[in-house]
Amino acid sequence: MALDLFRIDDRLIHGQVVVGWGQPCGLGFLVLVDDAVVGSEWEQELYRMGVPPEMDLFFDSVDSAARRIAEYRADRRPGLLLTGDIATMAALVARVPDIHTVTVGGIHHQQGRVARLRYVFLTPDEEAQLRALASRGVTVQAQDVPTGAPIPLADVLVGDGTN
Amino acid sequence: MTTNSPVRAVVAGHGTFAAGIISAVDQITGLGAQFVAVSNTGLAPGSIEELVRTALADSGATVVFTDLPAGSCTMAVRRMAKLAPGITLVTGVTLPTLLAFALGADPEEAVARGRESLMIIEAPRGA
Repeated sequence: MALDLFRIDDRLIHGQVVVGWGQPCGLGFLVLVDDAVVGSEWEQELYRMGVPPEMDLFFDSVDSAARRIAEYRADRRPGLLLTGDIATMAALVARVPDIHTVTVGGIHHQQGRVARLRYVFLTPDEEAQLRALASRGVTVQAQDVPTGAPIPLADVLVGDGTN
Repeated sequence: MTTNSPVRAVVAGHGTFAAGIISAVDQITGLGAQFVAVSNTGLAPGSIEELVRTALADSGATVVFTDLPAGSCTMAVRRMAKLAPGITLVTGVTLPTLLAFALGADPEEAVARGRESLMIIEAPRGA
């Protein structure tokens, strides 16, 4: 299965994804799942310009991603699927039951969020969403860059933002 | 740091990149005060955009240098530039580029200077 990275990152496509993961993992394609982006040509162009020419970028809604997941998995190139929030990933997991691991790559500071890791800030509702995802049998972890070790959800939720 | 020079640009990037490259400009030319540093560390996309917008509004600058074409600062500025077309965004900034700008070059000239400065210098053979 070439598509085995499922990442939640509120910055969507940015340096960590394209360079930090893209180069060492040899990513051949990215799948950006976001209902707002899929409806906006301008947004798509914005993200396309951030991706090197050798990397394909596909845009999907939750519905279309669920329909096309087999196609993405049949792609022999390493791939990474991205959502900008937990709710979108949870909706996808509900439609695609064999997503085994979800990685929180970055949910950054906003009003109402508490720092759990340097790159993970969560509201109580978002924490509940992550717990619900885990209760479906999905391994939920946090990892911003490939050189860092994945941090299990239980450790994330007791963090104070210093790690 | 020289303080009588008006701010001409915002430098935005990952970690302490902006503060670091500005400090290098200041060490070399004394013109670091022409720049305001913005870091994306720990910030959601909307917050990055807000920081850059505030830095531009407070300083009156219209030029933004960012570190990486795909970086979140670049994305944030591109979003802003859509609504405020007067912004000039230069991405992939290097020290020679920023030095040229600090010394009076316009963004286009500064980029050309940066390109000229990027090279592989071979060690002397047999050294």
